[in-house]
Amino acid sequence: MGSVKSIPSPAISADERSHEVDHPSSLVAHFGTEQPLRLDCGVDLSPFQIAYQTYGELNADRSNAVLICHALTGDQHVANVHPVTGKPGWWETLVGPGRPIDPKHYFIICSNVIGGCMGSTGPASINPATGKVWGLDFPVITIPDMVRAQAMLIDRLGIDTLFAVVGGSMGGMQVLQWTAAYPERVYSALAIACATRHSAQNIAFHELGRQAVMADPDWHGGGYADRGIHPHRGLAVARMAAHITYLSDAALHRKFGRRMQDRELPTFSFDADFQVESYLRYQGSSFVERFDANSYLYLTRAMDYFDIAADHGGVLAKAFAGIETRFCVVSFTSDWLFPTSESRALVHALNASSARVSFAEIETDRGHDAFLLDVPEFFDISRAFLQSAGKARGLSLEDR
Amino acid sequence: MSVQEVLPLDGVAARPSGDYRADHRLVAEMVKPGSKVLDVGCGDGDLLQLLETRGIDGRGIELSREGVNRCVAKGLAVVQGDADTDLVNYPDDAFDYVILSQTLQATRQPKVVLENLLRIGRRAIVSFPNFGFWKMRLQLLIGGHMPRTENLPATWYDTANIHFCTIKDFVQLCDEINVKMERSVALDLYGRPVPLNLPWWVWNMFGEQAVFLLSRGGGK
Repeated sequence: MGSVKSIPSPAISADERSHEVDHPSSLVAHFGTEQPLRLDCGVDLSPFQIAYQTYGELNADRSNAVLICHALTGDQHVANVHPVTGKPGWWETLVGPGRPIDPKHYFIICSNVIGGCMGSTGPASINPATGKVWGLDFPVITIPDMVRAQAMLIDRLGIDTLFAVVGGSMGGMQVLQWTAAYPERVYSALAIACATRHSAQNIAFHELGRQAVMADPDWHGGGYADRGIHPHRGLAVARMAAHITYLSDAALHRKFGRRMQDRELPTFSFDADFQVESYLRYQGSSFVERFDANSYLYLTRAMDYFDIAADHGGVLAKAFAGIETRFCVVSFTSDWLFPTSESRALVHALNASSARVSFAEIETDRGHDAFLLDVPEFFDISRAFLQSAGKARGLSLEDR
Repeated sequence: MSVQEVLPLDGVAARPSGDYRADHRLVAEMVKPGSKVLDVGCGDGDLLQLLETRGIDGRGIELSREGVNRCVAKGLAVVQGDADTDLVNYPDDAFDYVILSQTLQATRQPKVVLENLLRIGRRAIVSFPNFGFWKMRLQLLIGGHMPRTENLPATWYDTANIHFCTIKDFVQLCDEINVKMERSVALDLYGRPVPLNLPWWVWNMFGEQAVFLLSRGGGK
């Protein structure tokens, strides 16, 4: 039997990672003890900070603000080079000059969620009470907590009503939570590849990922930071498993098929003979360079707990009763993580609330990840939806 | 109610054809400005766009994904859905008008759909191709084959239209489910209204399509 190569160690040290946690390369809003964040678990988090980026200018009547909500492993660097990886912003296909969400027209805000690890307070941050990293002492957070924190940031920026709240996947959950919690503050909502609740299958996948992290001996019950180590193997396995759920059988087949990686014949070992294996290992190892393992546990948990209908007596339509927000819901045919049926259930509830809603299902074989990729039909729809809402809002969207 | 009692729409004269289809213009003129409308089977959204120019808050349902995406790309509030299965999700009285334009004959349960239209909307506007049109009759009588026209070019084996009816049939259905016909117009082959003062059988013979404005009937 040949040699077994394990997942490579991250190229970036724990020190570099922790720098972004407390001192992000972006704007930061600090909230002192007089402004605690009231969490669903009953804890008042205080003090705390929200790291965010903005693009474009807020107009005179403060009516052109667009909030972008990031997905599970995203951050505030939506349309600029990432300070850790050096890669382009994670949604530069949708956000940026000439894109559907153009800083020429809109004041674009994107913040790292509470519980994240790119500068907003989370389990990787320093607990001011102990002077040590929070770890598992950090309170469990929810999607509504993330949105509550974002609303405090929006208040801080002096914005009353957001022209649009936009997000996919976990970001889409935040979009829906915004409309349910602050309907009068959201003029239009673009919810992509998401659901009003996390399904049993999705909770199961998240549990698999968490168990992979916790099974890594370097996790140390969540206390790895004090030891200067990171459970990168467990987190990489979690990422590999999750990444499969973001793709589709057809996309994997088209991209890799059964092709071999830099070899003609099988090595009769557990080396990465297949291209798909090599790809997954790369996804795992590059992820741990920029993401904190405990943060991954907390954010997956937040998604698991998400269920808008449960917060409204089990009737989804009640969450949106009398809402004036203009909705656009988008799903992708090959997305089996957040399938079209979930979007359809949302649309039915919005119809029952007489909300103004557009719903498009985009044909693609690229799975859940499609929302981050170059899918022209999706961009056309996003652009037209925002333009039509902008017209109704009286925004000047002509070139200026 | 008999067919003779159905009052044709006043004020609709043959107009020079603009960008919009004759039946769309006719439907649009039946809708009071400022009202809220659901267009079931809205296709590419042409009618919704016409309604929008008249200050009407229009929403749409369309079965085909391509149609929906074209509508949404035009900035219209349209959702992908099926008239046969999705109308039940709408609450009572959600709209002032529900429009079913050239779609009734393609539904699996036209009667249930019609009942839903008048549950969701205070009024319904229904247009459909008239299978009693003389050319249709002639093709079956003389040609001995299922009729095909310019507007309905599909053969019997690949048509989506599974429930054809005549104007007379439709009026009977309205009677049966206690629907009040407020206005009705038959359009000839050229999209011109069939003259008002002619007897109903002329409509059924010379109307290539018909447009009905319906409301809920009183208790019977």
